[in-house]
Amino acid sequence: MTESAQDGEYDEWLDSIESGEGYYLECSNGHGWLPPRRVCPRCHDQDLSAVDLPESGEIASHTTITVPTPQFEDDAPYVTAIADFGPVSVTGLVRDVDPDDVAIGDVVGLDVGERVTTGDRAVVFRPR
Amino acid sequence: MSDPRIAGASVTKFGKHPERTGRDLFAEAGLEALSQAGIDPEDAEALYYGNFMGELAEHQGHQGPLMAEAIGLDVPATRVEAACASAGTAVREAVKTIRNGEAEVVVVGGAERMTNIGTAAATDALAIAADDLYEVRAGMTFPGAYALMARSYFDQYGGSHEDLAHIAVKNHEHALVNEHAQIQQEITVEDALEAPTIATPLGLYDSCPITDGAAAAVLTTEAYAEEHDLDAPVAITGTGQGGDNLALQDRPHLAQTPAADKAAEEAYDDAGVGPDDVDFAEVHDCFTIAEVFAIESLGFYERGEGIAAARDGETTRDGDRPINLSGGLKAKGHPVGATGVAQLATVAWLLDGSHPRADAVPDSTVGVAHNAGGTVASTTVHVMEVQE
Repeated sequence: MTESAQDGEYDEWLDSIESGEGYYLECSNGHGWLPPRRVCPRCHDQDLSAVDLPESGEIASHTTITVPTPQFEDDAPYVTAIADFGPVSVTGLVRDVDPDDVAIGDVVGLDVGERVTTGDRAVVFRPR
Repeated sequence: MSDPRIAGASVTKFGKHPERTGRDLFAEAGLEALSQAGIDPEDAEALYYGNFMGELAEHQGHQGPLMAEAIGLDVPATRVEAACASAGTAVREAVKTIRNGEAEVVVVGGAERMTNIGTAAATDALAIAADDLYEVRAGMTFPGAYALMARSYFDQYGGSHEDLAHIAVKNHEHALVNEHAQIQQEITVEDALEAPTIATPLGLYDSCPITDGAAAAVLTTEAYAEEHDLDAPVAITGTGQGGDNLALQDRPHLAQTPAADKAAEEAYDDAGVGPDDVDFAEVHDCFTIAEVFAIESLGFYERGEGIAAARDGETTRDGDRPINLSGGLKAKGHPVGATGVAQLATVAWLLDGSHPRADAVPDSTVGVAHNAGGTVASTTVHVMEVQE
């Protein structure tokens, strides 16, 4: 689906990554989340502040998807992964690596790329 | 407080019925359940109905009153949506309504029409149970999500795709005598391992099929059942529900399902039983790895040990505690909004001896149904027992 209207803080968050100023939201107890959040779902703290995302994270799990939704028809096969950036984890598409070579523990950086099928922006991971 | 009795239940043949409307599927199951119950439909006081993707598959919202009408009832009708746990959540609402004394007879059911839109559109529709911003836009599909959980499980606890293949083989074998099942075909471990990949490490035989179908049950009070001389020996004695962060990325563990832990603990406490008392279970094996999470959360296995249960023959029909004697979602099929009630019906039939696999659990008195939504961000667990 091509997004026509902006999705508030989500698109602002992608903008921040594109401009090299990626951040996450952290509560007083150190729990990290991605926007939009008004409260920490773990400890109910509403005092959330923007903190710089670490420059690199580690792949926590990954999968190569060969049966996609129509919105990723021309992207397939592609690798979706969850990467651990410390207090926060992020889901993204792994780029610039052969899918067979992706492994848990790989160090990656966060970027914004383009989906092949729709041209929409997407969170991508690249090896560091 | 009266534990609801299951007075009647019915499921349609699960499978590919692309031309059949949701309302027609549900009418078949609902009318048969009422007939089996032997209850005057005029006595029904509420309908709770599970459905997940009716807007996308049939351009049909507002299904509660539509489905009440389809089975000839003029009652308050509520559609319940909790992704693949929609019907289990509807059961919980029905249980609470009866226990609260608000109704003596409640119909609970669910239906899903899926194959009419094709595999690609159905995959797309199922994906909306995930977090749209942070998961779907990163290419997450449901097989993909469970693949991430499976790989994390293997990494943390060990296990292999071959262990998962044994789960598929078991559930296919269980379904061979289930005339309601979508797939009645024996497979081997080799078949499962050689099947096309969907999302590594999961292949075609790790995944439940896309299914059209409906299920319904009639619940009533013990007093009503006695007064009307109903044959309703099985009661729902425990109900539990748990939740979790919607997106996998926001959970502390990718290889655990705490929503199901919470649902199981609540349901066991409610029924006054523990995992050791359970004779068999129907669990939400939308993917083979999901059965592993389920039997660990239900307390049948320690974390990291559920992976070997099927391979070791402990959960097969001749094992100590058979799991998914119906064939599970894997072989029976998974019409999303109907699954929780189909599980309820299966457990009731296994307990009363009328299920074709009841011979595997001849003296059983306690059965459990575990219904999970999304990547187990919603779970219901129901304990059912044979009453004196």
